[in-house]
Amino acid sequence: MTETNLDATATVDARGAACPGPLMDLIGKIRDVESGDVVRLLSDNEQSLTDVREWTEEAGNDLLEVEEADDHYEFYVEKA
Amino acid sequence: MTDHVVVVGGGTGGTVLANDLAERLEPELAAGDVRVTIVTDDPDHVYKPVWLYVPFGQREPADGRRPLTELVDDRVDVRIDRVTGIDTDAQRLESRDGVAPSEYDYLALATGSTLAPDEIPGLAEGGHDFYSESGSETLREELLSFTEGHLVLSVVGTPHMCPAAPLEFVFMADDWFRKRGLREDVDITYTYPIQRVHGNPHIAEWARPRMDDRDIAVETFFNAESVDPDGQTMATMEGDELDYDLLVAIPPHRGIDLIEEAGLGDRGWVDVDKETLEAEAAENVYALGDTADTGVPNAGSVAHYQAGVVGQRLASELRGRPATATYDGKTLCFIETGMDAASFVEFDYEHPPSPAPPSQKIHWAKLAYNESYWLTARGLL
Repeated sequence: MTETNLDATATVDARGAACPGPLMDLIGKIRDVESGDVVRLLSDNEQSLTDVREWTEEAGNDLLEVEEADDHYEFYVEKA
Repeated sequence: MTDHVVVVGGGTGGTVLANDLAERLEPELAAGDVRVTIVTDDPDHVYKPVWLYVPFGQREPADGRRPLTELVDDRVDVRIDRVTGIDTDAQRLESRDGVAPSEYDYLALATGSTLAPDEIPGLAEGGHDFYSESGSETLREELLSFTEGHLVLSVVGTPHMCPAAPLEFVFMADDWFRKRGLREDVDITYTYPIQRVHGNPHIAEWARPRMDDRDIAVETFFNAESVDPDGQTMATMEGDELDYDLLVAIPPHRGIDLIEEAGLGDRGWVDVDKETLEAEAAENVYALGDTADTGVPNAGSVAHYQAGVVGQRLASELRGRPATATYDGKTLCFIETGMDAASFVEFDYEHPPSPAPPSQKIHWAKLAYNESYWLTARGLL
């Protein structure tokens, strides 16, 4: 179970997607939302822990939180 | 009672599947126990890999077109129409002209990819592509007369058809300009959305040093947000700008709206079991090729192998036997590394690719396969 209280505008469920699927999916969703919106990415790929952080820093978006659930991670990214 | 299998889409996946079923279900088709219909709105079958060669003046778009009826087994009913609605509960179809069947017992969706350049402001006006017949012809006009300046190949949308093709294009362009003595006057830049030059890390690791050796500049974490056709500049989500003189882009791709409207998946890609290729949201519905959201490359070889799996599974189901055939992620790609050399990769869900050393023989093998592709479409190779 996750404990965050963050509200996400949109959720991308990339569980089961091989690298780099989750990051690609996140980028696609960030394109679709407005500045200030929060996207929640669900990924069970370990590589996402570095990929998502690197890209959000590069793109100037905020990685608000990373939650570890039973079998996946939940990334909360706010679009700059 | 006759069971009716309807295949929607006349590309590689749909055509190979229809021919596979005609062969596999020969007794049932002869007895009238099974019917197989393929529905497509294009009377021609189009072999898209030809388009990579069009901008370099080496092939014509017509080389990639043949009438579908010449390729599909006579035991398959070919209907030229566009399916406009799917009711997966009632197992019914709506169509534009009423020529397509209105009911199915089993449905196989192979509706493929479409280009969506309009998702990026300015891209349609400012960029070129080799992912369509018209795009490759227009790009040819530009490229053949391009003798100096900055050529930018930008992968904008993923997933996209033939993931190796953007790398092939810059390797071919590099070699092509060198052979013509123009390379010193042409800068080439390749951009990719993530932190490496290809989605697959093994292919990226193989390609990157070759790009460096050949003076192909690379921009990673590069996601185009807009294109200014007048200023000839791209702006990215990461806050960067890049000037170009000739922009060749891989536009965003979508499946067709029909899929999302039927509740089968987002952006026109059907959510499927990665091994059985059965739709997750409906009974008696399969998807294959680009349409199936499996995470493997959108490539003709994938559609070809998946067609064999779906054919076997459908035959099992129609015969009342357990369906055991599964797709293992098998993918096969030739990768051009110049105008007369190529590499080759083969991989699946469990085994990563290991690109073969580039050679002229592999390049010839790719050209030979492009010619013999028509045997694949007919289900013979």
